This record gives sequence, structure tokens and C-alpha cells, in this order.
Amino acid sequence: MNPIAALERLGHATLGSLALVGRMTIFALSAFSHILRPPFYPREIAMALLNIGWLSLPVVGLTAIFTGGALALQIYAGGSRFNAESVVPQIVAIGMVRELGPVLVGLMIAARVTSSIAAEIATMKVTEQIDALVTLSTHPVKYLIAPRVLAALVMVPFLVGVGDVIGIAGGYAVGVQNLGFNAAAYLQNTVDFLEMRDVVSSLAKGAAFGVIAALMGCYYGMESGRGAQGVGRATKGSVEAAAILILAANFVLTGVFFSL
Amino acid sequence: MIRMENIHKSFGNNHVLRGMTLEVEKGTSMVIIGGSGTGKSVALKIILGLIKPDSGRILVDGKDAATGDRDAFLARFGMLFQGGALFDSLSVWQNVAFRLLRGSLKRPPEEARAVAIEKLRRVGLKPEVADLFPAELSGGMQKRVGLARAIAAEPEIIFFDEPTTGLDPIMSGVINELIREIVVEMGATAITITHDMTSVRAIADNVAMLHDGVIKWTGPVSEMDNSGDPYLDQFIHGRAEGPIEAVR
Repeated sequence: MNPIAALERLGHATLGSLALVGRMTIFALSAFSHILRPPFYPREIAMALLNIGWLSLPVVGLTAIFTGGALALQIYAGGSRFNAESVVPQIVAIGMVRELGPVLVGLMIAARVTSSIAAEIATMKVTEQIDALVTLSTHPVKYLIAPRVLAALVMVPFLVGVGDVIGIAGGYAVGVQNLGFNAAAYLQNTVDFLEMRDVVSSLAKGAAFGVIAALMGCYYGMESGRGAQGVGRATKGSVEAAAILILAANFVLTGVFFSL
Repeated sequence: MIRMENIHKSFGNNHVLRGMTLEVEKGTSMVIIGGSGTGKSVALKIILGLIKPDSGRILVDGKDAATGDRDAFLARFGMLFQGGALFDSLSVWQNVAFRLLRGSLKRPPEEARAVAIEKLRRVGLKPEVADLFPAELSGGMQKRVGLARAIAAEPEIIFFDEPTTGLDPIMSGVINELIREIVVEMGATAITITHDMTSVRAIADNVAMLHDGVIKWTGPVSEMDNSGDPYLDQFIHGRAEGPIEAVR
């Protein structure tokens, strides 16, 4: 390939990526500014809290309980290679709260909530409902996006908290039922080894992942192309972007909380 | 009065509007006709500020639409969208009363519901429809709900985007009659875009033909058949031969 053409392509790709980051940043700032400024739409906020929080509980609970159980089995099997089977309660607690709880809940929210927000808003755009909102003197960012981002900011930390507890409960059930741990000792070890900053980091990650998940759904929905293909692309793009950003943010936040 | 002044708008290499100028007198009904993809919908959206023109300006009652209070500006308009654009998550009455349930025109819910039911009745729908959701309605009913929503706040200016597309001839006739009656009754200024020549004759006081991004002909509907304009002539008679290329 012609080196100038390759350089040109690289330049276009770089500029395109920077422009995308810029547009997403402006979009996020606009969403936050609308969260803080009236008018507020209580019905929309309540619906978003219900959809993002309450209705995600089953999927979060199931994800957490199976992960906690599997983690206990893995740590027991792995630990037995160097006589460290007894650390199952501590590692399950720390692993769930610090890492697996927030990341898995974040990814499940990306799958469930981001995709649904993107598809809904993209369909609204394609069917001119967004234009209709404007003609009815209603700002689409205030009416559609601010309630969803606010609800995710509030509810995803709650879901992560619930996921952490259920994950630990899954590990406890497997530990006590299958691996022969004493129930009281298992709980005592769990409580003793968890620190406040483990819990704070878990909930902070939940808040960050929730905002990422909601923003990506809203952004890709609002930027959707025409027709069914446009809606499909918006949905796919939103989930990809949310999942990657959640994993990247997890790396950064883990560094902030535990390496500094 | 609405005046579009030398409006240009391109999407990439596609120059949709190339200096469109049009005047619509207060209290009159203007119908813009033209082939698919000639920028009729874009023109309406530019007036409403949904799309920003590359150049040119919109004057409403002599004031530049790009300046001033946007909410107050939009409060003067109602619009019937091509597909209805009803909000799926809201019931029919909540769609119709959308403007009356929030913002500067907010009223108590019972009052807003009563207005919605009255507007539904005005477009020939029974009160029982009020609590249904848009997905439960036929295409014609959705258009009528869209029309009720467009007139709910009694706007001074109403836009109709392809009001009869996708409807059977009888329902098209019903919608055309409703539009004409409502516009006359409310004394509103109306702009309609359509391909349907039956609609044009039923709704229009004046007609404008948009082609190649400019208004090729404009005048009273009564002069449309004897305009002598080859573009308009070809369009209203639906001929494949003429100055407008059939394959675009």
C-alpha cells in the first residue's frame, strides 16, 4: 500500500476517534447539566428507576449467585494445590466486592439496559418521535436522557451492592454445603477481611459503570441512522462501547482505589 | 406571515435546497408539492429549527426565527408528522395532551384529559380511544390522534407532513376534510406537504412546487391547472415524460 495513503487513513481514523470522544463528552456534559436544571420530569425518572433498578434485580441476582458459587469452587480447588483451601471466604468476599460484583453487574447492565435504551431512543428517532418532542416544546435531552442517566447513577450502585451480597451468599452456600466450611466461621472470616474501602470502591465503580451504560445507550440511540439497520447498528454500537468503557473504567478505578 | 428567504441546505454532496424562497400569508393554507427527496420535509423542519440551514433565514411575522425565545416560538406551532410520531409509552390522551401536561402550558391532569377527549372528538374519535396505546390503533386512527395532538394547544401555525400517505382513499378524504375544517375554524396558517393531488385540491389556498431545491411555481390553487409551467404540469398530471426526470 502507498505509505501516504496509509498515513492518510491513519490520520482520518485518529481524527474520527477524537471527534467521537469530543461528541460523547459534549453529550455527557449536556446530560448532566439537564439533570441539575429544571424542569424535572418525575414520571420519566420514576419509570427509569423502575426499569434500570428494580427490573434488573433478577438478572443481577442470578449472575451474582452463580459467580459467587463458582468462585468458591475455583478458589477451593486452586487453593488446595498449596494448602490454602481455608481462604475461600476471604477471597470470595474480596473478589466479589472489589472486582467481580461491579464488573459483572456493569456488563449485565450494558447488555440489558444499554441495549434497551439505545433501541428505544433510536426507534423514537427513526419514527420522528424525537422531532415531535421538540415541536411540543420539550427538550429531548431533558425528557429522555437526563432521567435515564440519573436513574443509572442512583440504581447501579444499589444493584452492585445487592450483587455483592448475593455473590457472597452464593460462595457461602457452596462453601458450607459442598466444601465443608463451618457456617459461623465462614461469615466471620468474610466480615473480618472486608474493609470499608472495598465496599466504597465497589459502589463507586457501580455509579461510574451505570453512568457509562446509560450514556452510551442514549448517545448511540440519538445518533442512530435510518431504518431498522440504523436501529440495529445503534444497539450493537452502544453495547460494544459500554462494555469496553466499563472494563477500561474498571482498570482505572481499581488503580485509583488500590494502587495509589 | 412565514417567509423562507434564500434557504440552502446540503447533506454531504446532496444539495437538497438551493435557494428556496417562499412566503405564506397569515391565515392561509399553503401546500408544497414536489417529488420524493426534493426537500419538502427538510423545508418544514428548517422552519421549526429542527434542521439548521447552511444559509438563508426564516422570518415569522417579520422576526428572525433563529433569535428570541425558542419555547415561545415553538408554542405557536403544531405539527402532524408523516407516521404520526405518537409516543409509544404514553396513552392516546397523554399523547394528545402532551403539551398541556408539562411546560409553560401545564394544566391539571383532569383538565388536560378533558381537552384531549374534546380534541379526539373533534377528529372523529370516541372517548374510549383515550386510554388505548398508539400500537393498538390503525394507521388512520394514529393520523387522527396525531392531528388531535397538533391542534390540542390551539396553535397559530400548523404543519402537515404527508397527512394522507399510507391511508385508503376514504380515510384520506376524511383527513383532508378534517384538516380543511380545522384550519378554517381555527383561523390558523397551515403548510402541508404532499404528493397527493386530491389533498392539494381539498386543502390548499395556495400551492408551491419544489423542484431542484427551489420553488419552480407558486400561486393560488385555482390557477394550478392553467399555470403553463411545464414542471407543475407534468407533476399534477403524473406524466413520465417532461422536464422532471422520472429516474432520480
